[in-house]
Amino acid sequence: MPHDFYWQTHSMATLSPITKHPARPLLNLDPILMGGLIILCGAGLAVLYSAADHDVGVVLHQSVHFVIGFLVLLFLAQIPSKQLFKWSPWLYLGGLTLLVMVLFVGYSGKGAQRWLDLGVIRFQPSELMKILLPMMIAWYLSDKHVPPSLRYIVVALLMIAAPVWLIFLQPDLGTAVLVLSLGFFVIFLAGITWRLLAVSGGLILASVPVFWFYLRDYQQQRIITLLNPESDPLGAGYHIIQSKIALGSGGLYGKGWLNGTQSQLDFLPERSTDFVFAVFGEEFGFLGTVLLLFVYGFVVMRGLSIASYAEDTYSRLLAGSLSLSFFVYFVVNIGMVSGLLPIVGVPLPLISYGGTSMVTILAAFGILMSIHSSQNMFTS
Amino acid sequence: MAARDFFKDIRLEKRYFRTRIYLVALLVLLCILILALRLFYLQVSSHDHYATLSQENRMKIVPVPPTRGLVYDRNMNLLAANKPSYQIRVTPVEVDDMEQVISQLGQLIDLEEHHLKKFYGDLKRKQSFESITLKVNLSEEEVARFSVNRHRFPGIEITAHASRYYPMAGVNAHALGYVGRINADEMQKLDRKDYSGTTYIGKVGVEKFYEQALHGTVGYQHIEINAQGRRLRVLGSIPPEPGQDVMLTLDAQLQEVALQALGERKGSVVAMEPETGEILAFVSTPTYDPNQFVSGISSKQYAQLRDDPDQPLFNRALSGLYPPGSTIKPMVALAGLHYGVTRADETMWAGPFYQLPGSQHKYRDWKKEGHGRVDMPKAIVQSSDVYFYTLAYKLGIDRIAEFLAQFNFGSRTGLDTWGEAKGILPSQEWKRKAHGQPWYPGETVITGIGQGYLLTTPLQLALATSVLATRGQGAQPKFLRKFLPASRPSEDGNDKNQVPVPHSVDIADSIYWDQIVEAMEDSVHEPNGTAYAMGKDAGYRIAGKTGTAQVFSLKKDGEYREYVEEEIDEKLRDHALFIAFAPADKPKIAIAVVVENGGGGGTAAAPVAKAVLDHYLLGNEYAQQDAS
Repeated sequence: MPHDFYWQTHSMATLSPITKHPARPLLNLDPILMGGLIILCGAGLAVLYSAADHDVGVVLHQSVHFVIGFLVLLFLAQIPSKQLFKWSPWLYLGGLTLLVMVLFVGYSGKGAQRWLDLGVIRFQPSELMKILLPMMIAWYLSDKHVPPSLRYIVVALLMIAAPVWLIFLQPDLGTAVLVLSLGFFVIFLAGITWRLLAVSGGLILASVPVFWFYLRDYQQQRIITLLNPESDPLGAGYHIIQSKIALGSGGLYGKGWLNGTQSQLDFLPERSTDFVFAVFGEEFGFLGTVLLLFVYGFVVMRGLSIASYAEDTYSRLLAGSLSLSFFVYFVVNIGMVSGLLPIVGVPLPLISYGGTSMVTILAAFGILMSIHSSQNMFTS
Repeated sequence: MAARDFFKDIRLEKRYFRTRIYLVALLVLLCILILALRLFYLQVSSHDHYATLSQENRMKIVPVPPTRGLVYDRNMNLLAANKPSYQIRVTPVEVDDMEQVISQLGQLIDLEEHHLKKFYGDLKRKQSFESITLKVNLSEEEVARFSVNRHRFPGIEITAHASRYYPMAGVNAHALGYVGRINADEMQKLDRKDYSGTTYIGKVGVEKFYEQALHGTVGYQHIEINAQGRRLRVLGSIPPEPGQDVMLTLDAQLQEVALQALGERKGSVVAMEPETGEILAFVSTPTYDPNQFVSGISSKQYAQLRDDPDQPLFNRALSGLYPPGSTIKPMVALAGLHYGVTRADETMWAGPFYQLPGSQHKYRDWKKEGHGRVDMPKAIVQSSDVYFYTLAYKLGIDRIAEFLAQFNFGSRTGLDTWGEAKGILPSQEWKRKAHGQPWYPGETVITGIGQGYLLTTPLQLALATSVLATRGQGAQPKFLRKFLPASRPSEDGNDKNQVPVPHSVDIADSIYWDQIVEAMEDSVHEPNGTAYAMGKDAGYRIAGKTGTAQVFSLKKDGEYREYVEEEIDEKLRDHALFIAFAPADKPKIAIAVVVENGGGGGTAAAPVAKAVLDHYLLGNEYAQQDAS
């Protein structure tokens, strides 16, 4: 098996005596990354308390999500990336199976079928794909020569297309776009040539009209509304208009915690989930939002740094794409809340209320932690 | 697997990867920069714009209606008050199953079909977050029943408002008028801003005339609302300036006495203070309860009032037009003296009828056999028709018109209210204009006894009586005594500031006044006087004159016809009139009474006047003793 052989090669490389970081971090947790995550979660709980009309119950609930997510993170941090590498294809196939199941036996809400009820918990398998797809593509491309040839890229694209299409059918445009972009990130990081990149980019642009045709009415409406929110101020444009008012009226210093009139007086819809950033911006102002952007950027940069120091190809690709997944999350969310992007239903990572995304994101960071600690062990 | 993959260059791959990571990091920084710029644009550059939008979102300026001024009579009895009234209101957006909730409400609150009809009409028109009034004027019991069950009815609330209340009900209705809901026409003329919180407006009477002062100035509340439009708290307010309280010249007790004296009969009483023009009593019967207009009268109730053959809504004192009948005689006599047509002591033979020279038509006296030889006082005391037929003919219509005009006949008195009728003071010119016909001498003859074209309102008669009482002075009648507590400088009409409009009558010799007033006193106090029945027990001297107006002349063409009383039904029977002032030497009150279809002035109208005069001059105690 070529893969086994590859791992052996890898082990040989790790025998190098040079060690920059002699100590393995406590429980394999990177304190720097962990610090960033805790700041974000703390800020999230504070904003949530304000957004949810001072409902301590909601905050406690979210704290539970955070604790579960942290346990998952802790667990994954202890698993060597070697193990993940071995499981990758099976996990991917399992994820695909769940996505197919969602279409048939899923639990629907808000006109879309996204949830799978496992008796104890209800979760969205599409969220799992945000981790499983990068794992799969990284697994597939890890033993390919750099830059990967067209043949491999086409296979990788097919691997991406399958879950994206299934998620798109639910329909969940936001997650589909997110998962799609994650797949691309892996391919990009794996070293696709610029020429191929340009060709595939062109192909994607050309497919936009076809794609548009398949969009549901409400999804088309959201994009139209983005272009001209005032066209439907009480309907589809209401979200964007109100969130812009919330952000804009926050000003430089904000109205203060719990004092955001837009959010406290119900003007802002979905303010504890997708639009929580508007509450944050209204209450903490431009200084607050820039600080938040800085923390997000810091976390992503730390992730990318872990990727660049990772020893093996699989870890590098996986760490890089998971970091970028986090990046796409917050950029798309803040982009849509501030009126730059259509409302696609992407939560603000670690701050929006919701269990699945919280656990998924922290799970991804668990994998990053694991990769980071492996790097510490076998430092180059 | 291909051998090429197996021998891949790890170092090359790492370098490749590093480059990509740098590129990606650059992309991340770029995106963050774009977001930061966007946020800078929204939160710093456009802050003012969005801050304004946010304020508009959450702030609402709600008008607070001023409290309407109270109305008192001259003795500080409350005539128009404000009392809390409860409304039940429904906010549709908060009610799930409207039909069911309304039917449940119906078990607690008496809901009639017109309530429901209006409610469902409003429901269709208004937006779902606007609250709709389901019923006004809830009883205390209904309020209590609902309050206990309030938790069962989300989206339904009871609100309190001040609503107009007339404690004396119908007693002062025709003077005071009433308020009602502002209609579309009125809305057009109003200062919309000032009335933005007001539901009611003066519709007639004093309530309408002094609307501006009574209304006050609107106030505002800045309230914070949420996205559903629900009020959360008051952020600031400009309090409304309440309407001014008003003291009227009316005497509420006198009103009651007059109303009682008229009883079931149709008619009116207008009494005023001759010196000042202050209206003391102003009654028109049948009256109505103005309270029913306040909360919105149902169309059925309104139709009932409107179609009542006795016309309770008609203000007889202000707009009822009556031939003055013999009550005009003292004025015509004065004209005769003034123009030197006759002297007071000049006598003539007053037989059963009068004939114009060269005419066969007989103008009969009310007394079949006539009065025999009479001078002017006797003609007034006994109310000789023939004497005044003769005098009028001698004066000629234009001199009569010119003289009577000084008593304000034929023009509005300028009382501070709405809807006053002008009456008709006929002259040759008037007839040419109004009818396009020449004046006939016969028409002059009957004008001498207050018949024919001459039409007056009871108010005009009262004013003319005042002019007689003050010997040609008189004052413009008015309802307003003063604004309470202190008048605003800009407001018109405070009793001390207002100069009475003189009705100074131009008369050749002031002794003529005494002669006429003496004759009027005699007609009340001398046994052969037409009003002796009233005057014989009076504890003070009254100068008065009876009158009987023929109803046929009320017809539009105003044509005078003779008739025999027994042959006609009650509706066409004569109107009884009486004018008087007392005490005769120092008049404190002048009064005009009309009793429709009452018959003779002495028997029907004079006792009404007596009751009012007794009460005013002798006080309540005496009036009660007298009645028992």
